[in-house]
Amino acid sequence: MLDVDQITTRYGAVTALHEATLQVAAGEVVALVGPNGAGKTTLLNTVAGLLRPSSGQVRFEGATITGSEPAALVRAGLALVPEHRRIFRDLTVEENLRLAGVTATSHDRRERLLEAAELFPVLRAKWAVSAGYLSGGEAQQLAVARALMSNPKLLLLDEPTLGLAPTLVDVIFDLLASLRAQGRTMLVVEQNAQRVLHLADRGYLLRTGRIVATGTGAELAANTNLFEAFIGADHGAFSPPPDPA
Amino acid sequence: MTKFLQTLVDGLGVGSTYALLALGITLIFGVMHLVNFAHGELITVSAYLCYFLFLHGGSWWWMPLVIVGAAALASMGTELVAFRWVRNASPFTLLLTSFALERLSHALWQIGVSPKQRAFPKPTWVFNTFTIGSVRFEVMDVVTIGVTLITLLITAVVFKRTMFGISVRAAAEDFDAARLMGVRANRVISGAFAFAGVLAAVAACLILMRSPAAEPAMGSDWLLKAVLAAVIGGLGSFTGAVIGGLALGLLEAFTRAYLPEVATGFDRFSTGVVFIVIAAFFVARPEGVFKISSAERV
Repeated sequence: MLDVDQITTRYGAVTALHEATLQVAAGEVVALVGPNGAGKTTLLNTVAGLLRPSSGQVRFEGATITGSEPAALVRAGLALVPEHRRIFRDLTVEENLRLAGVTATSHDRRERLLEAAELFPVLRAKWAVSAGYLSGGEAQQLAVARALMSNPKLLLLDEPTLGLAPTLVDVIFDLLASLRAQGRTMLVVEQNAQRVLHLADRGYLLRTGRIVATGTGAELAANTNLFEAFIGADHGAFSPPPDPA
Repeated sequence: MTKFLQTLVDGLGVGSTYALLALGITLIFGVMHLVNFAHGELITVSAYLCYFLFLHGGSWWWMPLVIVGAAALASMGTELVAFRWVRNASPFTLLLTSFALERLSHALWQIGVSPKQRAFPKPTWVFNTFTIGSVRFEVMDVVTIGVTLITLLITAVVFKRTMFGISVRAAAEDFDAARLMGVRANRVISGAFAFAGVLAAVAACLILMRSPAAEPAMGSDWLLKAVLAAVIGGLGSFTGAVIGGLALGLLEAFTRAYLPEVATGFDRFSTGVVFIVIAAFFVARPEGVFKISSAERV
């Protein structure tokens, strides 16, 4: 479904991603792990069209999408839950969701709003509240609910548990598991490497802009030596930076 | 009391015109981080359009509709021709681009029509008055306040209820996140310019009914007041723009009505006081009435 072929992405003179190659097949859940600054967010943002790679190609369902507008990619069936959630704080929960359904017909949008209200009781309780007043866990659920409004074929998630309390991390992982059970294709970037690798079918390990290891989720998770070599002994327990929201 | 009420209505009348213009400025600042100094030129465009329409049998009954449509197109045109190409440039480049457009517009009217004022007829009822109790009101003041109220109500509904309005508000807060939701950048910016054009045209009609004449540089004075009103309200805040506009109009009306008369240039004296008050306001609250945390300032 997604075919990332040797992409290199630069910020000015800094190369954040170096000839990274990665595939996601339909129905698969793929984890992308690695230390801070490895280029995980850069990879997702390049796929989603926020960044333009300086070389390489991205293909989605066979069509080349390198350098396409994010808005066009949403219409093609690709949605990103961005790092730090980036919900619209001045908009209500309902407005956030309605906007995320901008690509759908008004009939589909109404139906998905009802589905979202059912799937996320936390959000239903705050339907008309400005999203700026949501707690971290609620905001993250809104960010995921928002991405689902376009009914994407491929869902990209960037650090969905960043800055959340442990009980809320459980809530988000339960959500990911239920999305997986529904057969959603997902590419997930996570700090909780062990946990996400147990959830995923396959995984990639990214370090200083390069893909350095790949395998099934279980293989990567089991290979503790590899982890300690690249990430350090405290893998899976990185202390996340304080939540800016 | 009579004088107070009349001044109040007078101030609200001018202030609501400022509010409509300030709303356009704040709207475009929201989606593009541009303080659009060419916004006042939409008044000039409207004025010359009035002049030409009157040469060909124009009437105040239908012209406002034509003006609204033309100003919306003109506003979208400036985006298409000028601002789109520098969208990702620094705010300073955007600002200079808008200055260039403003100057270009002045020059084009001077060369293409005339540096001199071109007058046209005003509606016959404009300076009619009516009295309630002992207070005398101008019909035009009431029309101005009424038209502004209706326009503001429509604006509120558009930005609260429609997909376009929600897209603009989302884009103003986080443009990239809005793109990730599927909002098309070109469309939302173009739409914001069109809407700002409509608001400017409504303001222009109200201005031109009172003083029916076209001049190449007529937009600049209004623009200055509108930018001030938008900044007083807190650039990027819709409510702030309306409050800023009304506050500026009331301040002008009351200083003009109540300050002692100076032998020469009594008007200028009140303008001076207005600017001193505004300067003092910014010392106390540099971010404006409403602080928009997400918008970066130029």
